Amino acid sequence: MSGFSFASQLIYVLAASCFVLGLHLMNNPASARRGNQFSTAGMAIAIATTLALIAHAGVITATGWTVMLVGALIGGGVGLYAARTVQMTAMPQLVSMFNAVGGGAAALVAIHDYIRVASAVVGPAESMTITTLLDVIIGSVTFSGSIIAAGKLQGVITSAPVTFPGARVVNLVLAAFGLAAAGYVLSTPSLAGLWIVVVASLVFGVLMVMPIGGADMPVVISLLNAFTGTAVAMAGFVIGNWALIIAGALVGASGGILTKLMADAMNRSIGNIIVGGFGTGDTAAAVVVAGGADVKAISADDAAIQLAYAGKVIIVPGYGLAAAQAQHEVAELADVLESHGVDVSYAIHPVAGRMPGHMNVLLAEANVPYPQLKEMDDVNPEFARTDVALVIGANDVTNPAARRPGTAISGMPILDVDQAKSIIVIKRSMGHGYAGIDNELYTNPKTSMYFADAKTALSELTSAVKTLVG
Amino acid sequence: MSTALLTDLVIFVLSLWVGFEVISKVPATLHTPLMSAANSIHGIVLVGAMLIAATTNSWIGYVIAFLAAVFASANVVGGYVVTGRMLKMFRRRPTPAATPAQPAAARDGQSS
Repeated sequence: MSGFSFASQLIYVLAASCFVLGLHLMNNPASARRGNQFSTAGMAIAIATTLALIAHAGVITATGWTVMLVGALIGGGVGLYAARTVQMTAMPQLVSMFNAVGGGAAALVAIHDYIRVASAVVGPAESMTITTLLDVIIGSVTFSGSIIAAGKLQGVITSAPVTFPGARVVNLVLAAFGLAAAGYVLSTPSLAGLWIVVVASLVFGVLMVMPIGGADMPVVISLLNAFTGTAVAMAGFVIGNWALIIAGALVGASGGILTKLMADAMNRSIGNIIVGGFGTGDTAAAVVVAGGADVKAISADDAAIQLAYAGKVIIVPGYGLAAAQAQHEVAELADVLESHGVDVSYAIHPVAGRMPGHMNVLLAEANVPYPQLKEMDDVNPEFARTDVALVIGANDVTNPAARRPGTAISGMPILDVDQAKSIIVIKRSMGHGYAGIDNELYTNPKTSMYFADAKTALSELTSAVKTLVG
Repeated sequence: MSTALLTDLVIFVLSLWVGFEVISKVPATLHTPLMSAANSIHGIVLVGAMLIAATTNSWIGYVIAFLAAVFASANVVGGYVVTGRMLKMFRRRPTPAATPAQPAAARDGQSS
């Protein structure tokens, strides 16, 4: 190893340290921005080092420079535009697209390396080909799978689980076929074989994500994020670069942790989610008017009285709130209540939203201060001391049926909304949530239902409260 | 198994553990920015894309290098910018009880 490349490896390790430090600083919202700056600096160092290495080696052609710079400019421009203009509600799609391009780039690195080595006189070393193949397979699955996930989140592809008879058999056959091709490529260098592996992996990625329903997306995105990290780490093995290995492992760990947290929050195994076909997604109000006798409806004025004279209010937002784009309305209501001396906080279930932590970002965008955003385990003991729990667009995560066995959501951790002294639920109809079962909270004698669209209901509530206290 | 592969494997496994340690301390509030930060970090694959462009001299190599460079740089730039944008929105109450009459207006002032 020459002195120059020795030094460059050391600098890569420095860059990787910046990534670790950056992630570490994200343990607190107050230091998180500094964390992102550290991480950005690490990336700049790594890229500058690579440029120096390339210039020093001097084998790059003029075409090589052009391809690299033009590609980086186009990609960087597209990335910048997307990052600047994306709506916070569309964040899961964007993250999914970044997973796709990251995985795709990692796969391309391996494909190129295979072509380079296979076209040499001597066949590729076996140990190297294993990581190359892993990179190609994981990267390709992530690429196509993430594009499908983004399409589902954007609504371009139906968010309902798409499945067909014998889907599992097709998947198994495809996986076996792909692995056989991979095995062949391992023993005999063959470009055709490699392309078969690529195509099989791409198709597998599509088939893997299609049967997964909308509300399971937090798990899928996390899992694909872990895949991307692993693919990038494999790319690091292929080109012998420590920065890629460390960074990829960090992302793999992050995605893995989030996948586990999300699956636990739904009390479902990852395998169960991947197999899919749970419920039918966002059931478009298959209006079950039955049970209407047991539920108590409430008007805006009565709800406003309850809220205005409460000492402590907990707001329970769900995906319905984001779907109705009512984040700003809810923040306004909370502001009015607070200025009247009511203690307001938000109870956030881990799977409220379409990706981990999505609801927190949506509320932060509506200027809700982060100390008011409470995690499930911290907030649950507080419900018993709460005068009014205001549920907006959340359903299954508030259903007490989860506490006893034998229901579709049994064992799922829920927010103990039913412990509050009184409960107001804003909802358009008595329609079911993702799990497709009745919510026992709605028939609780302490519960009042406010049937309206979240956005309208919240503005009505806010003006009613203002008239009361103003 | 070569020494190089063994070294790489050790680095990979230890980094996984560091990742688990560090990331399990990130609060749920920041999980979306965390994932987006992780996204920008895996944009390091841009280094791989650059090295392809630097070593290849076949047309297929150039095509692959070009695609990889587009993908990876979109990943890097977009990831960091959007993470920064999100983190900027997370704030404590701006001035506690300083302007109790118009808390909404005071917060809007900070949002731009």
